[in-house]
Amino acid sequence: MTAAALPALGLPRRRPSALPGFGPTLGFALAYLSLIVLIPLSVLVWRASGLGVSGLVAVAASPRVRAALETSFYLSLAAAALNAVAGLVVAWVLTRYRFPGRAILDAMVDLPFALPTAVAGIALAAIYATNGWVGALVNDLFGIRIAFTPSGIFVALVFIGLPFVVRTVQPVLADLDREVEEASATLGASRAQTILRVILPALVPAVLTGFALAFARAVGEYGSVIFIAGNMPFVSEIAPLLIIVQLEEFNYVGATAIAVVMLAISFTSLLAINLVQAWCLRRYGHV
Amino acid sequence: MTRHVPALSRRALLAYGAGAAGTAALIGASRPVRAQAPVTLVNVSYDPTRELYRFLNEAFARHWREKTGQQVTIRTSHGGSGRQARSVIDGLEADVVTLALGGDIDAIVENGGKIAPNWQSRLPNNASPYTSTIVLLVRKGNPKRIRDWDDLVKPGISVITPNPKTSGGARWNYLAAWAYELARSNGDAAKAKDFIAALFKNVPVLDTGARGATTTFVQRNLGDVLIAWENEAYLSVQEFGADKFDIITPSLSILAEPPVAVVDQVVDKRGTRAVAQAYLEFLYTPEAQKIIARNFYRPINPEAADPADIARFPQLKLVTIDQQFGGWGKAHKEHFADGASFDQIYRPGAATR
Repeated sequence: MTAAALPALGLPRRRPSALPGFGPTLGFALAYLSLIVLIPLSVLVWRASGLGVSGLVAVAASPRVRAALETSFYLSLAAAALNAVAGLVVAWVLTRYRFPGRAILDAMVDLPFALPTAVAGIALAAIYATNGWVGALVNDLFGIRIAFTPSGIFVALVFIGLPFVVRTVQPVLADLDREVEEASATLGASRAQTILRVILPALVPAVLTGFALAFARAVGEYGSVIFIAGNMPFVSEIAPLLIIVQLEEFNYVGATAIAVVMLAISFTSLLAINLVQAWCLRRYGHV
Repeated sequence: MTRHVPALSRRALLAYGAGAAGTAALIGASRPVRAQAPVTLVNVSYDPTRELYRFLNEAFARHWREKTGQQVTIRTSHGGSGRQARSVIDGLEADVVTLALGGDIDAIVENGGKIAPNWQSRLPNNASPYTSTIVLLVRKGNPKRIRDWDDLVKPGISVITPNPKTSGGARWNYLAAWAYELARSNGDAAKAKDFIAALFKNVPVLDTGARGATTTFVQRNLGDVLIAWENEAYLSVQEFGADKFDIITPSLSILAEPPVAVVDQVVDKRGTRAVAQAYLEFLYTPEAQKIIARNFYRPINPEAADPADIARFPQLKLVTIDQQFGGWGKAHKEHFADGASFDQIYRPGAATR
């Protein structure tokens, strides 16, 4: 749509921007997003619409689906939270220090992106099972089983979520002026004060973005979880598995219903995270 | 749609067509046919048949070349039976399907009608060229002294079996255990249900497929006993050494009849019906039956197989899905559908930790 067409639609006329090409790029962006995101998702909603809202609520409220949804969302939140902290530390090390092997370490962060999830799942299950070396160690020391329990799901979700936080925080950290830190030091702030009141506030929006991405990815994760979860109903069953089960039954409506419920919860959560981010930006100024 | 061709002339055409085909067959028999264009067949199969079809495909390609001079390449895809059926429904162009249970082929018939409803009567023995059964695999020396199904419900025994909701093999496992208790309690369904519930209380992990469950038992060292396809159990022993596992054949099990079918819509579109049909018929020939027995599946024609291979299969009492459970449709509704007997085992808070 061109700028000339806008008044005809009753839209206020834009002031011409210094940067040309708004019309074509907006058009492209909308068309592209529709094709890739909106149309597939609307088909999903449309397929589930046979149930109606009451049907969707009934699906979400059935005890087993609810247990699986809780497992998926709570563990995803916990894994994303751990990744927010751990990812921040990893990003800090990779941007602030120079040491041998840094490039290799940096490349390793992306591995969870690159590995087929099934491979990740099999590898994790092998290591964390009671006969795997980490699993055996933890079992001997604390008597805790990791693989085939909810802890196993948590481990897999932490694994796949790590790169998101590291990769969103890294560029912001690299751009952070050293002078700001130096200024805070010359004004008599301790190192801890500098970190808490100067560096962290600047990083919060990036960490939140990484957190949101890791969380969203973890909620829908299937491949790496399925091998380590144990998949016991009401204990370690994830929502995506229930979707697969419905598909095995050739029950497409039931499958899409669970998917739509997950989508709604994810969207709400992401929206909430974005609002927190906007609030942070207002509070701490632009980053 | 209106038919412009009168029935009579259609019949005449058909007769003419059949005659032409017959003539071609006669010529073919009397002298070698000129090489036709090579043809590819796609066989959509289930998980544990990887090894079996590798050998069968080689043998059929050789047989077809000798018979017709045409070169045939067969590509076989493997995966969980239900998922494979769904791929075919969703448009995967399979000329033939060779799945774990009739219910999956029925699903293809009901969802989109790519296969004619009478598929099961088009080939001998309910369209199953081989059978198998469900056995128990235990650690070497059988430390927990597992002899039969009733040992699996004892406290302290850890049982590995996949999830019946996602695995065809797991459904056979479930029904075999159910049939055992039914026989033991003179047909008391309530007892059978309690028995299954007690059995699944001993299951610490529900894998999504038969191969996954085998991995959990064999490589993760989890569980005292694995409920498995007979051929998977033999393969595990062959693969990981007879010094690690023993196969226990229970007193009663279920006769698993993995069926095969030509996918009508696909072969008609691709013009591969003749070769696809010949491929499935080949599975019933002595040559194929011999290969079947060698790969730990039970042949339906044991005379054709190597006696040494047949000797490996212990005799046991086998119930069938049709006699005992009234066919797959009924079994599915009563046991594996949403809210049926398997779902009832798992109630909120019923999980044991």
